[in-house]
Amino acid sequence: MPGVTRLSVRNLRKSFGTHEVLKGISMDAQDGDVISVLGASGSGKSTFLRCINLLETPSGGEVWVDGKQIRMLNGRGGSRPASRAQVDHIRSELGMVFQGFNLWSHMTILQNVIEGPLHVLKRPKAECIAVAEELLAKVGIADKRHAYPAHLSGGQQQRAAIARALAMKPKVMLFDEPTSALDPELVGEVLRVMRALAEEGMTMLVVTHEMSFARNVSNRVVFMRDGIVDSSGAPEDMFGAGASPAFRQFIGHFGNPQ
Amino acid sequence: MAAWELLGLGAKGWGAFLLVAAVTTLAVTATALAIGAVAGAAIAAAKLSGSVILRVIGHVYTTVFRGVPELLIIYLIYFGGSSGLTAVGAWLGYDGFLGLPSFAAGALAVGIISGAYQAEVFRGAFHAIPRGELEAAMAIGMSRRLRLRRIIVPQVLRFAIPGLGNVWQLSLKDSALVSVTGLVELMRASQIASGSTRQYFLFYIVGGALYLILTSLSDRVFNTAERRANRSMSASTIGGA
Repeated sequence: MPGVTRLSVRNLRKSFGTHEVLKGISMDAQDGDVISVLGASGSGKSTFLRCINLLETPSGGEVWVDGKQIRMLNGRGGSRPASRAQVDHIRSELGMVFQGFNLWSHMTILQNVIEGPLHVLKRPKAECIAVAEELLAKVGIADKRHAYPAHLSGGQQQRAAIARALAMKPKVMLFDEPTSALDPELVGEVLRVMRALAEEGMTMLVVTHEMSFARNVSNRVVFMRDGIVDSSGAPEDMFGAGASPAFRQFIGHFGNPQ
Repeated sequence: MAAWELLGLGAKGWGAFLLVAAVTTLAVTATALAIGAVAGAAIAAAKLSGSVILRVIGHVYTTVFRGVPELLIIYLIYFGGSSGLTAVGAWLGYDGFLGLPSFAAGALAVGIISGAYQAEVFRGAFHAIPRGELEAAMAIGMSRRLRLRRIIVPQVLRFAIPGLGNVWQLSLKDSALVSVTGLVELMRASQIASGSTRQYFLFYIVGGALYLILTSLSDRVFNTAERRANRSMSASTIGGA
């Protein structure tokens, strides 16, 4: 449903000790939006993503997923979630793909993909397996379903991790530098899967250094600098005449993307 | 009498006596390992918890029971436990000495010590779990309990196997000290047999050999378990599909 706000972040703040990493970030993702979050390392973009599903506890601000706010309590020791159960539920609606894949090493690829639907969503096993096999075929590693993660290449592991996240039928997919740990020749196979997802209308928030993805696949580019949103807009504008000086300088380091 | 007659299973031989004692040693050690697993898991959880009080309790436990001689713990539990039991008996109107069963006291004492070592093994195994895998479990919406059951415990057990093999071997040898409570395990049996026959050399060597057989057999069991648990890690089993 285009026009439905899947994710809304209001004035998100995060400090580690006295160091303020996020200084009030706001962002909305409508259904089908593909938002690329760019920024130099240390700009807070990964922390921002991790605050959305509370892998990091925000120090302040609001996160809304599909119209429901994650309830937080503000006490003397800082901010903390009001309900663990709500956090678990909201996490199950957000798919997360990590830079380091993070597949569970004691489970086969198939077991990794059915784990969430089977034990978190408590779906029937036969259904979970059918969905998992379909997803593994879609990301192109159906033949690896009984292999363990350690036996797969990085690109295959990341595609399995995407399948694992998709098996939860998430409302929004969060990608935390999904290709940064990959050898250059393996980046393409992961980007192709992500591009196909975008074309199917999946709502995606992608922290990345892949300028070609930001420019050609996403419909919005957000540039973070020093814990704030420096500028954001359509890729045509951001990579065109409308770029802020800071963004212009930033993309200068990457050469001219196609 | 020739050595083979002394060691035989017949009426005059000590063979059956020693074999039963070896089984008793195994039984004490296995019971101790089980007690130690429960204690060790609890202490490891305490040491990993966010609560300062629990961490201190865990730290005190592992410091005390790894730092005090095993024999002292066995005396403490056996005689301490027995005098406690006697006091309870007197209060109930029975005035005589009530001894703690030596098997139970021995297994408990060795188990408590084994728990201190197992706690460290479990704690190390927990830290060996890649942090990202725990984050992935959180990110998919697993509750704390589910993460423990599906991700943490299976991996802790896998990483703990080599360390547990070590603890088992320590406990097997500690169980010899339980002989001071009068329990006829392998150590005590070797003593009785050698004292009765005055064949000290023969029976202590046979006793030692039986200990070696027990430890090398259990070594094999642990090695097999380790190999099986690590199937997912070794690159030699590529194939899948």
